[in-house]
Amino acid sequence: MVLLLFYFFCFLIVVSAFLMLLTRHILYAAFLLLLTFLGIAALYALVGADFLAVSQVVIYVGGVLVLLLFGIMLTHQPVGGQPSAAPQTESRNLWWGALTGIGFFALLAQVIYKADFTSKAWIVSAESQKRLLNNSSIPHLGANLMTHYLLPFEIIAILLLVALVGATLLASRKS
Amino acid sequence: MLSLVFFLLFIPLFALAGVYAERKVSAFIQDRLGPMEVGRYGLLQTLADIIKLLLKEDIIPSLADKRLFKLAPLIIFVAVFAGFAAIPLTPTLIGSGLQVGVFFILAIVSLDVVGIMMAGWSSNSKYPLLGAMRAVAQIISYEIPTGLAILAVVMICQTLDLQSISYQQGIWINHYQHLEADQNYLFGLKPLGIDITLVGGFLTWNIVRMPFLSIAFVIYFIASLAECNRAPFDIPEAESELIGGYHTEYSGLRWAFIMLAEYGMMLLVSFLGVILFLGSWNTPLPNLGYLALADWTSGKPDTLWGQLTSIFWLFSKTFLLIFAQMWIRWTYPRLRIDQLMYLCWKVLVPFALAIVLLCGVWRLWMV
Amino acid sequence: MQIPLENILILSAFLFCIGLMIMITKRNIVVVLMGIELILNAANLNLVAFSQYDAEKLQGQVFALFVMVVAAAEAAVGLAILLLVYRHFKTANLDQISKMKG
Repeated sequence: MVLLLFYFFCFLIVVSAFLMLLTRHILYAAFLLLLTFLGIAALYALVGADFLAVSQVVIYVGGVLVLLLFGIMLTHQPVGGQPSAAPQTESRNLWWGALTGIGFFALLAQVIYKADFTSKAWIVSAESQKRLLNNSSIPHLGANLMTHYLLPFEIIAILLLVALVGATLLASRKS
Repeated sequence: MLSLVFFLLFIPLFALAGVYAERKVSAFIQDRLGPMEVGRYGLLQTLADIIKLLLKEDIIPSLADKRLFKLAPLIIFVAVFAGFAAIPLTPTLIGSGLQVGVFFILAIVSLDVVGIMMAGWSSNSKYPLLGAMRAVAQIISYEIPTGLAILAVVMICQTLDLQSISYQQGIWINHYQHLEADQNYLFGLKPLGIDITLVGGFLTWNIVRMPFLSIAFVIYFIASLAECNRAPFDIPEAESELIGGYHTEYSGLRWAFIMLAEYGMMLLVSFLGVILFLGSWNTPLPNLGYLALADWTSGKPDTLWGQLTSIFWLFSKTFLLIFAQMWIRWTYPRLRIDQLMYLCWKVLVPFALAIVLLCGVWRLWMV
Repeated sequence: MQIPLENILILSAFLFCIGLMIMITKRNIVVVLMGIELILNAANLNLVAFSQYDAEKLQGQVFALFVMVVAAAEAAVGLAILLLVYRHFKTANLDQISKMKG
């Protein structure tokens, strides 16, 4: 059952990401990105990261994607005075792009199969001792964020604040 | 599964009754009669309206982006409907026993935003685009006070699980896993020494367990009005300026879906408000000595009587909140957009932040 | 039934390459930003997949959470820069923004 769901969401992600690459319409790309994000959130839920799955939806769909959509709409120029034309993007370097992408994929796939992660010592020991994560990760996540990772947590908070203030300053008209 | 079937049937029914109630409430407030023609007291009016909508031609503007235009109402409706999966109906009946229920519902709201944007843009017309921009700006801004108010509750309850939050606010607290040894004290304060675990009633509701949560509840309620685009925050669909907001170009069944989603959203935020602040499915009547009102009005969680009473209390409290939403809609005038943003960023957010801080301190006293 | 680790890794490699190709071939700033988001998501998928085997410390999930925050900050600043660029050059096409070229 889990495997079936996994392949379904894999299919969803692969198809929507691939269509994103092919489409010329920027808005279609944005909504395909939405599908990709939702598929990835589902995969997180399947590997036991329920908090991250919901965070993915909140942050990427509710934050990043909406920002991107605003970006599309604010920079859209009606072509030739025709208001109905959807925003489109041009493509360049098609051959170089395809070559780099396929080359990288071949390289990465080879590395993944060569490295044989499932026989690494720590993964084998985790699997044999049944220390796998299969339901909620929230208690551990919360405790870790407040103990082991407290300093990065605070720093990331400051980074976010700085970024937001900076973004507001940049986008305001007066500057 | 039962929960899914229940909500699938209940939301359209609620929308029918809700539209009728809205018209009757507005009529009462404005000293009119409201719908009176179709059926007794106009009871069949909304049914007639629905039949009219189903029979209407489904118009798709020729300049619209057809695929997105057709898809948008579905996304809006599915997003809102998915939110109900995390709502506990009774102590044992909940669509999905998610550990992250509260957070999940917040995520649903952000999915709704994308659907609204899609509807507004794909209509390729001025009013829907303006309406969608306003709606998105408003919903995203008001997500912050909503989130902070909810965070205050989560800090007091120490869980994101809506069912656990529900159990904590009543006499059946010890019937839920991990809560077997928990005690409720008056105002949540152990040093006061007044044990009310078995007293229950409104005394164990979150707004009394931590008195400042009542301010958080007011913040949540105001922000939730804005999240479902209801007056006085209905500038995204202000009919005197924008005709109809992001759904101006829609007609027939697709428009009905958008309306269904709006009423569903009202229901969802009211449910969430009741569950987080007003004792969820617990009875408001406390046990007072021989007058064991709480025991009489709410059964053990796993019995049929328990199921029935909890459904009754949850729904009556929710409908009361929805009535308050309608009451406000027909009482207050619409805000301007600058007033809206002022209220959000300069009033609600600072207050909510202060309450989050207070809740942290209070939680230290609670143990 | 456990999901095979390799499958997730291959999927994330695929996402990474798609993101890379989008960055190389597309000319609109917003679409390039989308490609970057895909790449970040691919990295996150790897981190979360490995953190299944690390149920106590959850280093992968914590790191993925930080990546998400950085991605949100990046999108906000990116959009602000995009608006400034658009205001100045009146275009969002990367090829036409070439004033700094010698």
